[in-house]
Amino acid sequence: MDGLDALKTKYLESIMAAGNEAELEDLRVAAVGKKGEISLKMRELGKMTPEERQVAGPALNALKDEVNSAITAKKSGLADAALDARLQTEWIDVSLAGRPRREGTIHPISQVTEEVVSIFASLGFAVAEGPQIENDYYNFDALNIAPEHPSRQEHDTFYMHCEADDDRPPHVLRTHTSPVQIRYMEKHGAPCRIICPGRVYRADYDQTHTPMFHQYEGLCIDKDISMANLKWTLEEFCRAFFEVDDVELRFRASHFPFTEPSAEVDIRCSWDKGQLKLGQGDDWMEILGCGMVHPKVLEAGGIDPSEWQGFAFGMGIDRIAMLKYGIPDLRAFFDSDLRWLRHYGFASLDMPNLHGGISG
Amino acid sequence: MKFTLSWLKNHLDTEASIDDITYALTDLGLEVEEVVNPMDTLAAFTIGYVTHAEKHPDADKLRVCKVDTDDGELQIICGAPNAREGIHVVVAKPGVYVPGIDTAIGVGKIRGIESYGMMASEREMELSDEHDGIIELAGEPAIGSKFVDYLAKHSPDKIDPMIDIAITPNRPDALGIRGIARDLAARGLGVLKPEPTAEIKGGFKSDINVTIDADVMEKGCPLFTGRLIKGVKNGPSPAWLQARLKSIGLRPISTLVDITNLFTYEYNRPLHVFDADIVKGDLRVHFAKGGEKLMALDDVEYTLDAGMMVISDDNGVESVAGIMGGLPSGCTDDTVNVFLESAYWDPITIAMTGRKLKINSDARYRFERGVDPAFTPKGLDLATALILELCGGEASDMVVAGTVPVTTRSYHLNTDRVKSLVGMDIPGDTQRETLTALGFDLKGDDAFVPSWRPDVLGEADLVEEIARVASLTKLQGVPLPPLSVGVPKPILTPMQRRETMARRTIAALGYNECVTYSFIDQPTAQMFGGGTDAVKIGNPISTDMSHMRPSLLPGLLQAAARNQARGIMDMALFEVGPVFHGGEPEDQEVLATGLLVGYTGPRDPFGARRAVDTYDAKADAQAVLSAIGAPEKMMVMRGAREWWHPGRSGKLSLGPKNVLCAFGELHPKVLAAIGVKGPAVAFAVYVAKVPFPKTKTATRPALAVSDLQAVERDFAFVVDDHVEALTLLNAAKGADKALITDASVFDVFGGDKAEAQMGAGKKSIAISVRLQPKDTTLTDKDIEAVSAKIIDKVSKATGGTLRS
Repeated sequence: MDGLDALKTKYLESIMAAGNEAELEDLRVAAVGKKGEISLKMRELGKMTPEERQVAGPALNALKDEVNSAITAKKSGLADAALDARLQTEWIDVSLAGRPRREGTIHPISQVTEEVVSIFASLGFAVAEGPQIENDYYNFDALNIAPEHPSRQEHDTFYMHCEADDDRPPHVLRTHTSPVQIRYMEKHGAPCRIICPGRVYRADYDQTHTPMFHQYEGLCIDKDISMANLKWTLEEFCRAFFEVDDVELRFRASHFPFTEPSAEVDIRCSWDKGQLKLGQGDDWMEILGCGMVHPKVLEAGGIDPSEWQGFAFGMGIDRIAMLKYGIPDLRAFFDSDLRWLRHYGFASLDMPNLHGGISG
Repeated sequence: MKFTLSWLKNHLDTEASIDDITYALTDLGLEVEEVVNPMDTLAAFTIGYVTHAEKHPDADKLRVCKVDTDDGELQIICGAPNAREGIHVVVAKPGVYVPGIDTAIGVGKIRGIESYGMMASEREMELSDEHDGIIELAGEPAIGSKFVDYLAKHSPDKIDPMIDIAITPNRPDALGIRGIARDLAARGLGVLKPEPTAEIKGGFKSDINVTIDADVMEKGCPLFTGRLIKGVKNGPSPAWLQARLKSIGLRPISTLVDITNLFTYEYNRPLHVFDADIVKGDLRVHFAKGGEKLMALDDVEYTLDAGMMVISDDNGVESVAGIMGGLPSGCTDDTVNVFLESAYWDPITIAMTGRKLKINSDARYRFERGVDPAFTPKGLDLATALILELCGGEASDMVVAGTVPVTTRSYHLNTDRVKSLVGMDIPGDTQRETLTALGFDLKGDDAFVPSWRPDVLGEADLVEEIARVASLTKLQGVPLPPLSVGVPKPILTPMQRRETMARRTIAALGYNECVTYSFIDQPTAQMFGGGTDAVKIGNPISTDMSHMRPSLLPGLLQAAARNQARGIMDMALFEVGPVFHGGEPEDQEVLATGLLVGYTGPRDPFGARRAVDTYDAKADAQAVLSAIGAPEKMMVMRGAREWWHPGRSGKLSLGPKNVLCAFGELHPKVLAAIGVKGPAVAFAVYVAKVPFPKTKTATRPALAVSDLQAVERDFAFVVDDHVEALTLLNAAKGADKALITDASVFDVFGGDKAEAQMGAGKKSIAISVRLQPKDTTLTDKDIEAVSAKIIDKVSKATGGTLRS
């Protein structure tokens, strides 16, 4: 079998030189097609002696394989080149903005409420809610605020319209979240740990007041809960919520009809060029009111004050949101200005939790 | 409640600094709101000596003075007529702030000559209104020494710090300076001085007697004491009394009236003085019949309601008891005979009358919080003594009607309670000392409450007093015992989880969350099915906020209008919050409402922007419902309420009664009324209406998938243009429930072009049906059989035909 080397050189060179797939196909047919040169030579193997065949067979097979591989390689080389050439023409302006997609936001009040809930959940506090149109009893009497007590006047209460033939005292828009305490105690008894976030209403509207705002109330009733536990709980909350390592709280004696003893709580802070820093400095800022639940309030909730005791506190959600996130104006919370919602809002998937850091 | 340090020291023997006193007050619960201390404002003024003075060369009224000061000799130009050589003066050097002219002194040139400071008048330092000349100091004070030190020595009242504190409603005793002094003494900031006494020897019986009606005696006025003082000389009160009242912002009127004001603030003991020559006959305390009129001391004529407590004589009503006296019987400078009243008025009766008449007087403020009933006669005596001292005259015997009401009560002092309730370790002896210092009478372990503390009504109050005086600032936190060991249990209720899920899902769909007011104006509320009297607020702060909202849409639409006014035309807003179907507590419901306005987005180069439509709202509604666990299959109904577009809105429900959601385009009239430029579509999901799962399990049903090839077949039907796609799909799906796993619309061809092809009132709906064999692969024959059934069912259900 002479001339195999020549054949090999001829086809491999031609394959290398082929400019397109059609040329390659012609070469394939000419070489290894049914009547191709290499195929014809293989047919001749039958006429050979076994000895001759043992030499020529493998050589021809090797040649055939080599030609086939060369064709395959060339084919993919040609395809790549064609693709490259096409991609060269496929240019777009990547500086154009992507197709517009709306981005939603969560209101700071919802976000901060969830932050508060997640912190108190870790201390075993459940979440309780109650109606916002509230009857006089739950909003006042049950909380040890008698009808003619001067502290009622300090509430700037919104009263609901009352029909002439309705001899009940007019309902009110709840002035605080404290009525939820009573409703919860009535239903679930002691011991209990709850926080009660929600809307509250006072007839007041100026630079720093809106007729509706948000509070949350904390209530913890057990056999041996003391005001010292209250202080620790609030310190832990402030440390976790404001995300500062050192928090210092100061209790000041005060008065709320529904707690006794009562205290207002200040947090150590400093103001530096209008920037609030908590946990340092020489200023004190009042952040909440609290105390030990008044025995009359426990009684109103159906709990025996000789057996149970506990603490309660109330804090402004809008207020702590403003302090934490540096939001200047309370009124803007309720104005729904899209620029404000987008600036101060939170991403939908930014769900507060303790393991990831409360504000992400 | 305002008072001055020197006034406080009338009752408290103390060397404590003003800083220590104000700190203690706030810490005791008497929160300091303001301190005005001339020692601070005048600290920089020093004493100088004028060594030389000559006329300014270019100004007749100005003098050029050489003044010796702590900074050596200064040249000061002065316009005061008394500026002259040889006097000691008060100097404000450059840089010193002068409160009376609200300016910091600088170095200046006056008519060409430099001046290095100022010599001050009393008015310029806010010491008095005196401004006829600069201050000349007597007594050869040291040059360069501080002016405040001079004042402290020579006229301490001029540097008397004024303290203003907020009084919580439970502490009427602190509405008198003596009560404040008692608290400070208990804290250890001095010693409470003995209460002054006065013994009045009545020389005669009063011409004016007092009776209290039986019903008033029972509830309203248990005790009235009075005294006639004849032959007084009224007129401006002495300087010390005027100064005292002015120091706390009160206007001196006349000696008699000033004395009543003094007792109001010093002892929390409001008094009243009648001109005895105007009073006709005796005084009677009674409830008004209604309709009586009284010109009161504030020059306002009040018409009284039945049941208001008043004091009358034969002329009629002379005083609104415990609130404000009448003008006709009030004292004037000409009053010669005066009847002094000291009575105990019931807080609730006073509060009711005061609120109805809208009179806010010092007397009402105190009586409705509670004055010391036991002090009533003593207050009368002390005030009588002062009247006799300042106005002369002769006092009658005391007139008494009723008796001092009994307030005696005691509570058991358990010294362990402070530890168990507050968590502070305070020795038992200290606890007893505190209570004693506050006026409690300890008999064994029984603490008898002083008559001036109406707020102390139980054991917990004793603990509060002890802890407050010991200082809550010292309280140290103690960890709250954990509820259980290990991983905390979840705390949210299914409804609470659902609200969060709805909120976060809507935000993820691209909506911005709003929190809008729960109250809206009545016309808007009425557009949304509300605005009735049941949800009306009796005392709204404005007509824009008069009714509780029946829906979240009005608030969101108003927000959209405000944003459009700011130039933002396209938006997606939402709110998750309460609406109010009625005026009872149980009429509240949580809704999740989204609003889309304008286009889907800004203009873009891709042509992706289009106007929002009902199908956007429906898709979002379904996403929310799915997120909160609504079943996949819901009924779609028409007949949404009147604020929706009648043809382009619908409801998703489970059965005809349980509507889970309304969606669609808003009615053009509603948009016009609120001022929103449309299109505007919305959805409102009734969050609590979605059934909660009956059993809670985390396990999912097994996934059933087939390895056999599914087949998709398309059909187009010509139907009447009011045929709904859902009817058609349901019919197709019903053709073979085992085989057909899904059917969906992929094309609707309606309108003029369609009618031209298919006839008037016709449209074409094209659906794709998915067939999933379970056991064997489908043959062409199987497929044809199902297809025929589908065509048949659809034709029967819709009257439509297969489009050829």
